[in-house]
Amino acid sequence: MEPKIGVYICHCGSNIAGVVDCTKVAEYARSLTSVAVARDYKYMCSDPGQNLIKEDIKSLGLNRVVVASCSPRMHEPTFRRVCQEAGLNQYLFEMANVREQCSWVHTDKAQATEKAKALVNAAVRRVYYQEPLETKEVEVNPATLVIGGGVAGIQAALEIAGAGHKVYLLEKDASIGGHMAQFDKTFPTLDCAACILTPKMTSVGQNKHIELMAYSELVELSGYIGNFKAKIKKKARYIDTVRCTGCGRCSELCPTSVPNEFDCGLGKRKAIYIPSPYAVPNKAIIDAKNCRHLKGLAEGKDACRLCEKGIEKKGQPGCEAGAIDFSQKDEITEIEIGNIIVATGFQQFDPTTIYQLGYGRLDNVITGLEFERLTNASGPTSGKVTLKDGSEPKNIAILHCIGSRDTNYHKYCSRVCCMYSLKFAHLLREKLPEAAVYQLYIDMRCAGSGYEEFYERLQEEGVNFIRGKGGEVTDIAEKPEEKGKLVVLVEDTLVRRKRRLAVDMVVLSCALEPRADTEQLARILTLSRKADGFLLEKHPKLDPVATTTDGVYIAGCCQSPKDIPDTVAQASAAAARVLALISKGKVEIEGAIAYIDEEHCAGCKICIDLCPYKAISYDEAKKVSRVNEALCKGCGTCVAACPSGAIKGRHFTSEEIMAEIEGALA
Amino acid sequence: MKYYTYFPGCSCSSEGGARAYGGSMRAIAKVLGLELKELDDWSCCGSTPSGSVDELGAFCLAARDLALAEKTGLDMVTPCSACYVIFNRTNSYLKQYPRLKAKVDEALAAGDLKYDGLIKVRHALDIITTDIGYDAIRAKVTKPLAGLKVAPYYGCQVVRPGFGFDHPENPQSLDKLIASLGGEPTRFPLKTHCCGGSLIISEEALALDLTRKLLESATSNGAECLVTVCPLCQTNLDAYQNRVNQKFKTSYKLPVLFFTQLMGIAFGIGEKELGIKNSIVSAEKVLLKYR
Repeated sequence: MEPKIGVYICHCGSNIAGVVDCTKVAEYARSLTSVAVARDYKYMCSDPGQNLIKEDIKSLGLNRVVVASCSPRMHEPTFRRVCQEAGLNQYLFEMANVREQCSWVHTDKAQATEKAKALVNAAVRRVYYQEPLETKEVEVNPATLVIGGGVAGIQAALEIAGAGHKVYLLEKDASIGGHMAQFDKTFPTLDCAACILTPKMTSVGQNKHIELMAYSELVELSGYIGNFKAKIKKKARYIDTVRCTGCGRCSELCPTSVPNEFDCGLGKRKAIYIPSPYAVPNKAIIDAKNCRHLKGLAEGKDACRLCEKGIEKKGQPGCEAGAIDFSQKDEITEIEIGNIIVATGFQQFDPTTIYQLGYGRLDNVITGLEFERLTNASGPTSGKVTLKDGSEPKNIAILHCIGSRDTNYHKYCSRVCCMYSLKFAHLLREKLPEAAVYQLYIDMRCAGSGYEEFYERLQEEGVNFIRGKGGEVTDIAEKPEEKGKLVVLVEDTLVRRKRRLAVDMVVLSCALEPRADTEQLARILTLSRKADGFLLEKHPKLDPVATTTDGVYIAGCCQSPKDIPDTVAQASAAAARVLALISKGKVEIEGAIAYIDEEHCAGCKICIDLCPYKAISYDEAKKVSRVNEALCKGCGTCVAACPSGAIKGRHFTSEEIMAEIEGALA
Repeated sequence: MKYYTYFPGCSCSSEGGARAYGGSMRAIAKVLGLELKELDDWSCCGSTPSGSVDELGAFCLAARDLALAEKTGLDMVTPCSACYVIFNRTNSYLKQYPRLKAKVDEALAAGDLKYDGLIKVRHALDIITTDIGYDAIRAKVTKPLAGLKVAPYYGCQVVRPGFGFDHPENPQSLDKLIASLGGEPTRFPLKTHCCGGSLIISEEALALDLTRKLLESATSNGAECLVTVCPLCQTNLDAYQNRVNQKFKTSYKLPVLFFTQLMGIAFGIGEKELGIKNSIVSAEKVLLKYR
């Protein structure tokens, strides 16, 4: 059938029409070959706009449609649906982007109009060759993998399990809880972090729909939305978790003490230990690097084993449950799931690199996370804020924006530091009412429910606010009263004077940054990252929980720094997206994919290694490559690479692309 | 042999106040195989004080030297931290501010010159520690400075602003250089703090206090001498040391050497060639055992 094309130019209010003369573009379109109708309209995406297209398709018998408006990322789905509703195959539609790629980036109206004409011509010539394509539907496996057992992962897992679906909750550490489990109080309500988190942690442990895979990591992922296969490494814990009762006797027997990671190294733990007082699963774990027996085994010696055997002389028995198993090895298991939620969180910026702040060099310069442990009742000092020598600090400076809002490190604002710094100040006023507390800030960012009120409350509590970024922390005294103190150098920009603050303790409110293993994880899941290293969402405003990989969602601080309320909200949103897919039960697969002409395929396998989505496999019987239609994203890598020209990219055929280029250059 | 265009600047030229720096620089260059070809017809770099009176004039002066250097096609090296900062600032301003560049271009054109912004200006400390390297330096040492406690003073200009050839807050290159000569770099927390610079002329009290802090920090950490990479730092710390002692009732007697002089001693070059006696606070007693 001879193509009969309808062209529609959108004004987008003044977004396009303010720069591009839409009437002229429509006039120009009417002059093009095979164009039956061309119209311009204020908002093509509105109901009347959509109806305009539908009526033309019916009354004029259009069999191709071009809309010149915004980015296809924005409204391609809208106009494809319009075509389908009017009985036209959605692949007979083409979009020309005259907003993001034209009106928004140009100021010269005449030239912008010429460019819009070229873009419309390109789309018209292209659509001429487009063919109807079919989409496919595949079943969705109702099981979900949640990666990361912090508050985001816990929330998402509980939501999905609550609807009665299977969840695998993967946690790299020995216990779930994440950073939130380390915190003392939460801002601005000051409810205790453990009190609100531990019930959720326990529910995870007890929920029959959740399979908790602690001390495990994702190593490989294959498959596609609805039908993923994940390989998971269960790291050797050297404990039979079925037998272990979590009594903790083994820790009492263990003779080796090492710094405790959960307390940021401020306290000690044993080589066999239970990660925290509220660990889930509440099971012991052996740290192979420090265990005397495991280190001895490597040298062929049978050392220690006090945890297993006990100390007979003192009448202390070893593990009565027989849970200790030194022969455990890492295990790989494979699971099948339909969707994945990534909730891997953040890591704290390491301030050692900012030499002048003295962290790691000067005693009593500590990070925010270290302060959390210091002030936590379950921490190394049972909640007493003390200096390294055990005495109480008389004055404390809290330095904001360490590693954030700093072109040398991270440009972004970490969003939570102002608020947790205020929380620290409040806790200090409560615990050490005699001590002076200084907040050194660039500006206070207290946007959130009840946050500004909290800031005002702190001002009334007698905290000293100094507007200026702490530039240096030194132990070089210039005045007698500075002897033996830490001196913070700051320019107070409100009184326009340089100040030297002599204090006993300096707390560095450090940035939240992407975890060091984010790149590796992104590679396994084929996710993209933003310039700052965090995982990229599908759309920053309209789709902040989906990713560029269908069936993989993100929640919490792996996307960007955020506070607990936002993290929990995003986790619930991700869970809702997964539940929507599960309840629909089927997922539609894009029709614009690669197709291999078996007649011409030489079986060279070049395409198989190049495919970024692992969508091509080799048919040993026929000696040809084969595209998995559900996996293929239609990226075209294989099409360009095939030496015998056997692969055709549907919806991106050479004919279509050449016509488009000719149109743009005509 | 490594080739560079050499810009001594007013201080390190043969008539300058820091001629010992220029002289020792040439002496060690011979040993290390550095071919320093002095920029023909060079003029003032624009200097810190003149820039605060006539900014455009200062940029034009610097651009003139850069334009001349561009003809040679070699990196330009200077031992003076102020020249180093001014040339690099000029390079970055000319790239960043087209309106300034147009004015500077016009001034250059009047003298039949043209500058395309292709010249890289480097500090002597950078080429010696980066291009030559510590192992090659160690190999040339004939009289190791065993046990000599040296305060490594970088000053405020050579590593700032931003991340250049060394860390802006905790630089290490001079420390490592001292160690490769057999000496012992002392802890020196104020190693990048200001010496007072040219404020010694207009704000003497302020500058003397800054100098005092440096002398105090160096001596209290056990330094027997201090090395610097900047002519002005040397002047402030050496020539004004007595003034500090008078003003603050102190008794500092800390020899202040250029790092190139210290290298020369370790390479066995004569004190005369290195201009050791040009300093006001005598270094002879400290260096006696290494002769």
